[in-house]
Amino acid sequence: MTTPLVHEPSTIALTVNGDKRTIAAGTSLSAYLASLKLDPRLVVVEHNRTILRDRDAYPSIVLGAGDNLEIVHFVGGG
Amino acid sequence: MTATPDLLTAFDTPFIIGEREFRSRLMVGTGKYASNAQMIAAIEATGAEVVTVSVRRVDLDRSKEEGILHHLDPQRFMLLANTAGCFTADDTIRYARLARAAGFNEWVKLEVIGDQQTLLPDTAATIEATRVLAAEGFKVMAYTNDDLISALRLEDAGAVCVMPLASPIGSGLGMLNEFAIRTIKHRLGVPVIVDAGVGTASDAAIVMEQGVDGVLMNTGIAAATDPVRMATAMRLAVDAGRLAYLAGRMPKREVAVPSSPTTGMLDR
Repeated sequence: MTTPLVHEPSTIALTVNGDKRTIAAGTSLSAYLASLKLDPRLVVVEHNRTILRDRDAYPSIVLGAGDNLEIVHFVGGG
Repeated sequence: MTATPDLLTAFDTPFIIGEREFRSRLMVGTGKYASNAQMIAAIEATGAEVVTVSVRRVDLDRSKEEGILHHLDPQRFMLLANTAGCFTADDTIRYARLARAAGFNEWVKLEVIGDQQTLLPDTAATIEATRVLAAEGFKVMAYTNDDLISALRLEDAGAVCVMPLASPIGSGLGMLNEFAIRTIKHRLGVPVIVDAGVGTASDAAIVMEQGVDGVLMNTGIAAATDPVRMATAMRLAVDAGRLAYLAGRMPKREVAVPSSPTTGMLDR
């Protein structure tokens, strides 16, 4: 029997809009938004309480275990 | 279709807030419509340029409606984000910053609610949030009570316009304190836009007859039995009220004065 290789965990848990979610480790923010079928131009993302104003940076932001994401958009209101 | 815009162009002064000129003195919300199609039709009928929207979490499971940007073209309408639902200055500032990050403009309709039952504003927190956001370059349109002192403090804090209520949000009670609204208008240098409480067209006309610069409404149109017809009525009423203000109403008298000649009557 070979000793199992020590792996990085293949999935991580994070909080998105108040819900616990599990995603693949190493997922970038742009890939995650794509998996939710969200157009980055139509949403605003707050990552660990920091508002991400530069959408061009999304591909290089890798989500981590325990991260807190808020993904918001505009809805009808008065 | 209507002569009113020409009449207003001929008689009125430009409507400018924070160095931007607006073509309509009527601003409208986008909430509470039965459908997006009805909302768009009603907004078209109002002729409004400024439409308010709210910042909310995306529904990750997409079981509910999509964001409003699928229906409202930001090139055609000026989207004015509100901070409705916020109860503290900190929350309000966070929502305003999120709205600005959406990338459309630096304008925000600031609301800090002080009481769940009446939705009356927390004016102290509104002043605090206005000061912070104005320093960050936001153009703050501050929703407030019909209170002169709060309005003066908001102007001092850097609000580009002050938005006193006619009556509580969604109440449809119309103008409760004409004197207070006129006093605010007389004393402020920045534009005054009455926000909330308009229930029907006559309310809108009465608001504009006080000499304020504009009016913002949502439920008065959206909750009408026929929102598109009411939207048209509101457009006409805002123009009528504005024109009546510019025209200068006759003095009120508690005695009758005949309109017809008193001479030339038979058998006298």
